[in-house]
Amino acid sequence: MDILILDRWLHFLSGIVWIGLLYYFNFVQAPAMTAAAADKEGPGPAAISKYIAPLALLWFRWAALVTWLTGAYYLHAAGAYSLGGAFALGIGQNNVALTTIGMGAWLGTIMLFNVWVLIWPNQKKVLGIVAASDEEKAKAKRIAFLASRTNTLLSIPLLLFMGAAAHGLPF
Amino acid sequence: MNPLDSITGTIIAGVVLAFILAYVIKLIAGA
Repeated sequence: MDILILDRWLHFLSGIVWIGLLYYFNFVQAPAMTAAAADKEGPGPAAISKYIAPLALLWFRWAALVTWLTGAYYLHAAGAYSLGGAFALGIGQNNVALTTIGMGAWLGTIMLFNVWVLIWPNQKKVLGIVAASDEEKAKAKRIAFLASRTNTLLSIPLLLFMGAAAHGLPF
Repeated sequence: MNPLDSITGTIIAGVVLAFILAYVIKLIAGA
């Protein structure tokens, strides 16, 4: 049994859950909530806020943590990499694969921070899981939105570098 | 205007950032 390959498999699985839900939030839920709020004749966004968003956020934030942990373990345990070397971006080692995976690791770490420190605490206010005034909710909504959009932006180079570490950059 | 306010702006910014960081990687790694 190769634990490292199982770890990498779990890294891919949890990463797809995380980024899949990130894209759902950005490409589907946020525009749909805006449209539902603007549609005065329609059912409104309340059901999405009450039933869908909390469940999606549950899978989203825990998948993010599992993705980071399995990725960190892989960098630690895989012979081709090292955790410290990756986060030092392989500087001075002339190892393009290590620098590439290190850049991906930094992007993923920033994204994990955004999930747990910016998105989740602010979404709790937006969704009414914790008490907040209307003003606090408006501010929390903007912060969570920008953090979520930032993660969508960062996921684009992240995915390039995660694949490129083993398979090469496009130029 | 913040590119993050639109999906198109976010994707374009992400692609541009990917190319910039890829060049940075090549510079760091001396490749």
